[in-house]
Amino acid sequence: MNNLDFGNILRRPEAGALLGLLAVLIFFVVFGGIDFLKPAGTASWLNVAANLGIVALPIGLLMIAGELDISIGAMIPAGSMTVAILSGHYELPIWIGMLGSIAVGICVGIINGLLVVRTAVPSLIVTLGMLFAVQGLTLGFSVLLTGTTSVALSAPDWAKFLFGQFIANSFQVIILWWLAITAIYVFFIHYSPFGNWIFAMGGDKVSARNAGIPTDRLTIILFVLSATSASFVGMCQAILFNSAQVSGGMIFIFNCIISVVVGGVLLTGGFGSIIGIFFGTITFAIVNQGIYFTDFDRNWSSLIIGIMLLLAVLMNNTFRKMALNYSPKKKKGAE
Amino acid sequence: MATPIIELENVDKSFGPIDVLHNINLRVHAGEVLCLLGDNGAGKSTLIKTLAGVHKPTSGTVKFDGKPVEFSSPKEAQEMGIATVHQFGGTFPLMSIGRSFFVGVEPTKGWGPFKRYDRKKANEIAVKAVQDFGITRIDDGDRLIGGLSGGERQSLAIARAVHFGARVLILDEPTAALGVKQASHVLRIVLEARKRGLAVIFITHQVMHAMTVGDHFGVLIKGALAADFRKGEKSREEITDLMAGGEALADLGEEVEEYMASHDGHAPPAKH
Ligand SMILES: Nc1ncnc2c1ncn2[C@@H]1O[C@H](COP(=O)(O)OP(=O)(O)OP(=O)(O)O)[C@@H](O)[C@H]1O
Ligand SMILES: [Mg+2]
Repeated sequence: MNNLDFGNILRRPEAGALLGLLAVLIFFVVFGGIDFLKPAGTASWLNVAANLGIVALPIGLLMIAGELDISIGAMIPAGSMTVAILSGHYELPIWIGMLGSIAVGICVGIINGLLVVRTAVPSLIVTLGMLFAVQGLTLGFSVLLTGTTSVALSAPDWAKFLFGQFIANSFQVIILWWLAITAIYVFFIHYSPFGNWIFAMGGDKVSARNAGIPTDRLTIILFVLSATSASFVGMCQAILFNSAQVSGGMIFIFNCIISVVVGGVLLTGGFGSIIGIFFGTITFAIVNQGIYFTDFDRNWSSLIIGIMLLLAVLMNNTFRKMALNYSPKKKKGAE
Repeated sequence: MATPIIELENVDKSFGPIDVLHNINLRVHAGEVLCLLGDNGAGKSTLIKTLAGVHKPTSGTVKFDGKPVEFSSPKEAQEMGIATVHQFGGTFPLMSIGRSFFVGVEPTKGWGPFKRYDRKKANEIAVKAVQDFGITRIDDGDRLIGGLSGGERQSLAIARAVHFGARVLILDEPTAALGVKQASHVLRIVLEARKRGLAVIFITHQVMHAMTVGDHFGVLIKGALAADFRKGEKSREEITDLMAGGEALADLGEEVEEYMASHDGHAPPAKH
């Protein structure tokens, strides 16, 4: 079968995201000029996309599996504060601080996962509780231990090089992490059996369990992935900016969900793709940053994002219907 | 007669204080279709779930090939050859035919950590398995399940069970919500499975469907096995009455008319 057939592309979950990306690219090149695609311009939206994308990917997987994690909003500051307090305030070696950040992510993820699996309380509520709990803990501990809500951190060169440098003075090194992580996800979700299980779980959890899929273990793994990804991003930010604050991160909740939905993931689970989420994240970042290259007031970018989200959902619904009704060509007209 | 594939001995099942099954004794042999009949809430789904490893019996034993077994998960039951198509679900509307056919046991190519899902092989096997059951309209494994008709989905689920070497096939109301033609398709597949030597447990609310494929009938009333008989031992009317929970449906029309005449034309309240 010819995979470049246009109809085949439209039936894929990322179809809407790809068209959306092309649309916003054209829009901003027309209204903002070509500057926005030159290195400095590209860096501005790629940096946003990379930080957002690393968290949006596991959030998208959770949504494909029929769950949601909004505690990531608190995990980003928790991740940066952990490394800053351990290695900045207490002056422990940076790797201890970094392990600390990752460990906090793993712990919170396990607790989220266990609570969702054991209590059958919707994950929106469980992680909403966790969002506030982690936020409170981060604030409480940082005031208790350091007396302030903002802690400085000066990382050694190797840590800067790997996690917090600007390549060519403007591209954050986290972009490379994002690309690598995306490639790993693509393999696991679309080319290994593991991905099939996540789609099955989101399609029908009881049937998936009856088919022998370890749904509880998978759910916990996905929550660990999202919480750890968020604390990783927080950690990288602290190393990059040489300091960490207890606030910030909340905006990631909405931005992730928008990227994922624009990327073609079905809110009720069972449908979506990694490449779609990748395109969705870039699309979001371009709208978010592209506005600075135009003559429009910055406030209009929210309007564009809102319209884009609605259009994306409508478009994705259409494409999904096309995918459902698809049958081999020779059958056409034989209804 | 040969040892039954599955045998239930004095099986009880309760959920906390709620007793759902009482003292069930049943045998199912290879190459025969057992029809489980009974009113809504009689405990049919619960009974087959204890066979499928979803629930554990509260007391009593389940024997497989004459040996007592205890399943700790549906997967264990499946590995022994008990395949179940549950009443609700069992299919993933937004997954492709090939992917959902192999869910949980995906074929792979490559080695070590680079094992990849083998889409081509999965699609080929899935399509061939359904076509072998006479559903020739399915010929592309990339189609999504949600685009198939209800009967095609049931057929796919049955073909899947048979493909994975099931010896016992449990079908919970596979013909519910199907049109006459689609239902007859499913019934034909049940007969084909029986011909291949599988034991089939078939739940239905339709007397016609039960009489078409059943060799052996078990009727559940409020969680107890109220009747256990073989083909030809009871008439259609008797079976219908049993399925309604032992009430004589034959007299229903008369009763309703009498009631309405004496109650200003109101219909009688439902009986429990
Ligand atoms: N997990 C459970 N916990 C408590 N009660 C249950 C559970 N599962 C089933 N029941 C109860 O057991 C009884 C039998 O249910 P079951 O689903 O087996 O009926 P059924 O014969 O399959 O009915 P139907 O024809 O409507 O499918 C019902 O009263 C139901 O409420
Ligand atoms: Mg039932």
